[in-house]
Amino acid sequence: MTMIEAIREAHDVAMAADERVVVFGEDVGFFGGVFRCTAGLQEKYGKSRCFDAPINESGIVGTAIGMAAYGLKPVIEIQFADYVYPAYDQIVSEAARLRHRSNADFTCPLVIRMPTGGGIFGGQTHSQSPEALFTHVSGLKVVMPSNPRDAKGLLLAAVADPDPVIFFEPKRLYNGPFDGHHDKPVESWKSHPLGEVPDGDEIVPLGKAAIRREGAEVTVLAYGTMVFVAEAAAEETGVDAEVIDLRSLMPLDLEAIVGSVQKTGRCVIVHEATRTCGFGAELMALVQEHCFYHLEAPVIRVTGWDTPYPHAQEWEYFPGPGRVGEALKKVMEE
Amino acid sequence: MTSDTRPLSLNVPEPGCRPGSTPDFSGFEIPRAGAVPRPPVDVDPDAIRDMAFSIVRVLNKDGEAVGDWAGALSTEELHEGLRHMLLLRTFDARMLNAQRQGKTSFYMQHLGEEAVSCAFSRALEPGDMNFPTYRQAGLLIASGYPMVTMMNQIYSNAEDPLHGRQLPIMYSSKEHGFFTISGNLGTQFVQSVGWAMASAISGDTRIAAGWIGDGSTAENDFHAAMVFASTYTAPVVLNIVNNQWAISTFQGIARGGVGTFAARGHGFGIASVRVDGNDYLAVHAVAKWACERARRGHGPTLIEHVSYRAGGHSTSDDPSAYRSRREAAAWPLGDPVERLKKHLIAIGEWSEERHAQAEAEVLDTVRAAQKEAEAIGTLSAGKVPSPRDMFEGVYETMPPHLIRQRQEAGF
Repeated sequence: MTMIEAIREAHDVAMAADERVVVFGEDVGFFGGVFRCTAGLQEKYGKSRCFDAPINESGIVGTAIGMAAYGLKPVIEIQFADYVYPAYDQIVSEAARLRHRSNADFTCPLVIRMPTGGGIFGGQTHSQSPEALFTHVSGLKVVMPSNPRDAKGLLLAAVADPDPVIFFEPKRLYNGPFDGHHDKPVESWKSHPLGEVPDGDEIVPLGKAAIRREGAEVTVLAYGTMVFVAEAAAEETGVDAEVIDLRSLMPLDLEAIVGSVQKTGRCVIVHEATRTCGFGAELMALVQEHCFYHLEAPVIRVTGWDTPYPHAQEWEYFPGPGRVGEALKKVMEE
Repeated sequence: MTSDTRPLSLNVPEPGCRPGSTPDFSGFEIPRAGAVPRPPVDVDPDAIRDMAFSIVRVLNKDGEAVGDWAGALSTEELHEGLRHMLLLRTFDARMLNAQRQGKTSFYMQHLGEEAVSCAFSRALEPGDMNFPTYRQAGLLIASGYPMVTMMNQIYSNAEDPLHGRQLPIMYSSKEHGFFTISGNLGTQFVQSVGWAMASAISGDTRIAAGWIGDGSTAENDFHAAMVFASTYTAPVVLNIVNNQWAISTFQGIARGGVGTFAARGHGFGIASVRVDGNDYLAVHAVAKWACERARRGHGPTLIEHVSYRAGGHSTSDDPSAYRSRREAAAWPLGDPVERLKKHLIAIGEWSEERHAQAEAEVLDTVRAAQKEAEAIGTLSAGKVPSPRDMFEGVYETMPPHLIRQRQEAGF
């Protein structure tokens, strides 16, 4: 099953189980979304539970907050993460704070889904990874699956969660795993074990990381597309790296991070987003705070550059297996 | 460029009156009371476009209730309405003073705008939901929310239902149909539309009321609310309180070249009405009409309440720095309390003596509540919320990083 199918199935399971779940966003109704993640839902559940919204992200989030305050569970789509900024005030000042400021008189069980990341020649307006803008905000949960199995389980957990969840979907992984070798033939999820998605309503809990590759020499902290890039880099360099897929950035599985880094004594952090004040900075600070006396070498970040996401220079921007491999070798030299 | 093309210049609108000059409202057109007919609630918005350029008024200059919109309230209800406005005005005066005495950090009063929220409240039914701004406390007072609880919130004391987390006057009461107030202006307007959409999705019969000020209609949220309300025919009443001033900015800066704020509704096909916001009977009648319209599935209504902010924006504001001190007295729609009082006297149901007695009783009520609240504590003394409370309720279940931070903070 592809990640698109897994996300669609999570919607289907959630909508069948709970009539309070409503789904809307730009093009999500009749058409089923530009990436097809909501295809068939309007036909199955009716127009009042899955519908098209005007092109107004702050309106989509603002109305969803009102619906959540009423008692519904909106699962809304922002067509690209790059388009979320008009809704930032509603997310940061409102969704994230209703519970705290009203002492739970009003709450905001809301899931905001958005495709994120590059590798599809989307240029600067269809490739961004703005996760750190949301992990910085108290009151939000932030999730990014890297595969169909997690996408379904995490989305179901997000829908069940009593607080607002920002749900990032790495669009380069929608149809298959991608290790950053863009010149190789495209892979499909069909032959990948993480493309096998269990039926039913099994969740993947928020706040739990997964070890994708066990290793003894260096810990790689990654999420989304970078999980596969890191795995490829480990294979190609022969460095015995332990690759941790964080899955959930807020809450964060600090125990898994600390356990691994204390074991390996080395750490490389990989994300596609720009470097300065990126989520890697928080990870690096936490590793320093909790693992300083176990470290054999300085922690290295491999990230997108601090530039707008370029078009023609996409593969020079994208932190591919070459750059991650260099970091693995460098961290082993110390 | 042709030789007769002159350099462009920027138009920055100015109010008619600034400090030192004489207030002049002669250009402000006020139709006579009773002049605007009351259309059926299922009217096509296109058929009442003129209502966005007129003003629904019930009370005339002699205090008589006239026209189609009159007669909706009993004498008893009018007495109660007057009492609500007196309560709000007295509450404001006491809390303003308490802020000056250092018992709280901040306060916002309603002086001159009491009729808007007090009268509107009466048009709603239990279960309906307001998404208010910071100047609609009459919704709480008129719906019976305990005044001492409002004061506990203002004082951020140990009995503050919001545990000291919110700025004073940013109340929240789901039970009383009062959505938690945001200090970010305009955000609640579109949320009210979402709440109303949820009611429709759920096959409910409850409606929502959104609130926004004249200045904040310039926010994107206003536009978003109008688009969504229009598209989905949401059962919502969208209220603009035009009190003429957004801190120091006169309403012309947000209004631009359009004739009225209400007329903004026309482009969205939303029924749009202006009402005399200082006329308790008119506000109630229009609110009742709009609520019925929403509840019967005829869609949203945009109401512009034409009023005047007679006091400062907040305790942090000094209006004499930007407008004439005489402007409030010159405001042609008068004072809402005085006008309802005059009406009750005109129909033989009130007197100066009874009014003085009512004022004294209201003062006693407010003082008693204040005494009770201050016995618990104020921002500067007495019992205050625990510092632990700031860590609670960020999420339903406290995540590990917040537990660590709370321990680090020593709570």
